[in-house]
Amino acid sequence: MSLRQEQINETGGYNFAYLDEQTKRMIRRGLLKALAIPGYQVPFGGREMPLPYGWGTGGMQVTATVIGRDDTLKVIDQGADDTTNAISIRRFFARTAGVKTTEVTTEATIIQTRHRIPETPLRSGQILVYQVPIPEPLRFIEPREVETRTMHALREYGVMHVKLYEDIARHGHIATTYAYPVKVNNHYVMDPSPIPKFDNPKMDLCPALQLFGAGREKRIYAIPPYTRVRSLDFEDYPFEIQRWEESCEFCGATDSFLDEVITDDQGGRIFVCSDTDYCRQRQQQTAANKETCP
Amino acid sequence: MMHAEQTPMEAATPLLQVQGIRKLYAPGKGVDGVDFDLYPGEILGIVGESGSGKTTLLGCLSGSLIPDQGRVFYRNRDDRKLDLYNISESDRRVLLRTEWGVVHQHARDGLRMSVSAGANIGERLMAVGGRHYGQLREAGENWLREVEIDPVRINDTPRTFSGGMQQRLQIARNLVTGPRLIFMDEPTGGLDVSVQARLLDLLRNLVMDLGLAVVLVTHDLAVARLLSHRLMVMKQGKVVEHGLTDQVLDDPRHPYTQLLVSSVLGN
Repeated sequence: MSLRQEQINETGGYNFAYLDEQTKRMIRRGLLKALAIPGYQVPFGGREMPLPYGWGTGGMQVTATVIGRDDTLKVIDQGADDTTNAISIRRFFARTAGVKTTEVTTEATIIQTRHRIPETPLRSGQILVYQVPIPEPLRFIEPREVETRTMHALREYGVMHVKLYEDIARHGHIATTYAYPVKVNNHYVMDPSPIPKFDNPKMDLCPALQLFGAGREKRIYAIPPYTRVRSLDFEDYPFEIQRWEESCEFCGATDSFLDEVITDDQGGRIFVCSDTDYCRQRQQQTAANKETCP
Repeated sequence: MMHAEQTPMEAATPLLQVQGIRKLYAPGKGVDGVDFDLYPGEILGIVGESGSGKTTLLGCLSGSLIPDQGRVFYRNRDDRKLDLYNISESDRRVLLRTEWGVVHQHARDGLRMSVSAGANIGERLMAVGGRHYGQLREAGENWLREVEIDPVRINDTPRTFSGGMQQRLQIARNLVTGPRLIFMDEPTGGLDVSVQARLLDLLRNLVMDLGLAVVLVTHDLAVARLLSHRLMVMKQGKVVEHGLTDQVLDDPRHPYTQLLVSSVLGN
């Protein structure tokens, strides 16, 4: 029995990783173009996926295109491995591609993410796939696609600063906290998908490959490894990331992105790491340290 | 009429040269063969009835409509003569937001209605690389004062402004990068008479202080008389009369101009 026949059998009639090979070739061509022009949005023929738009169809198509038999997949949603979206996408690829899955950042070769970049630094050889709802950072001010494309081509990005100006005028500081616009490779202004601006510095000179897929808008863009990614700001209001006075309730981390969790009706609340894998590793480390030196 | 001092050399070289501009939507509709020169610090009024091609001509001059025929030359700050429709789109856009300004008839066409007055004024500065919030803010306050809007309104959106204020904000937004040439399309349209008078007064002072060249489209002969040095009368896409404002209005030669002048109430 040929390898192809084997694939079809094990995935119940579907091709390896769900998408047919011609679609994958089309998306790969788009990815190559996106990599050649960092931050540039490449249109592609987005396919229907077996889940609704807005749930990660763009990211899944990119993952399906780059995944191979030897890959290990990790899927996170808001940093967590155990939320509905993350579990269903992970199980989808376990079933349609038969790949190994993991929750450990360092073991993964492909990480599909919604709204976070893992706290553990990524290494060369890893691929980070983002799920993107609105790929066009200029859309809020310019509804015409022809015009936004011209603006990108001519680097007319003054309006991006109009948005930041408005923030300072209204709130006294830059109040944009997620989907914070960045300039890639000193040319294209890019929407880094709705990651918190806390994660923006991790994109700069990142050793891993970063791919972005927007399923509804049918756009792909990419940041090759070790590319300059700068967050937009003003000279007198420089870019800053969020900080917390609290530390993680479970692992005590002070350097990670924290989620606020309401615990009762009396105003009780705790702060916990949004990256579940990072939090667990830190807890294990602490436990191991206690054992060795009681 | 008095205007900013110029050396004879400067005054002798046109800022804008328009040659045979033609843009027709249908035969007889649009602009058909317009030529003129505009000198630094000069205000050229274009008058004519509705549908005579005034706004189309303005669009062709200001880079928003590509003409079917004809050429527009502009002498820039570095004294280079640019052929408007033969330079790259990028150069044309840079020109539009640095050396030129366009004041639209409806303020909402020229303003961003959902962002504050300060951001509206600062936008052009940010587009040419202004990245210091404090300085942008200061420029915003100065220009609001310049166009007689209370600087405390700097954080309000233009939605909350009256029609006259919106129009003045639009003017401030254009002047902030120190342009040399302004295109105005019926700047006083839709405003009541007292607001019109104040706006005209403001415009006249600003234009004189800054030595701006202006192409002013209007159907209001009183506005044309007050502001412009020279006048062009258009009818069905063609220029029927062209001369000094007083000359054209006080001694009209063309039957159509005579009709236009005699039809003004109380004249």
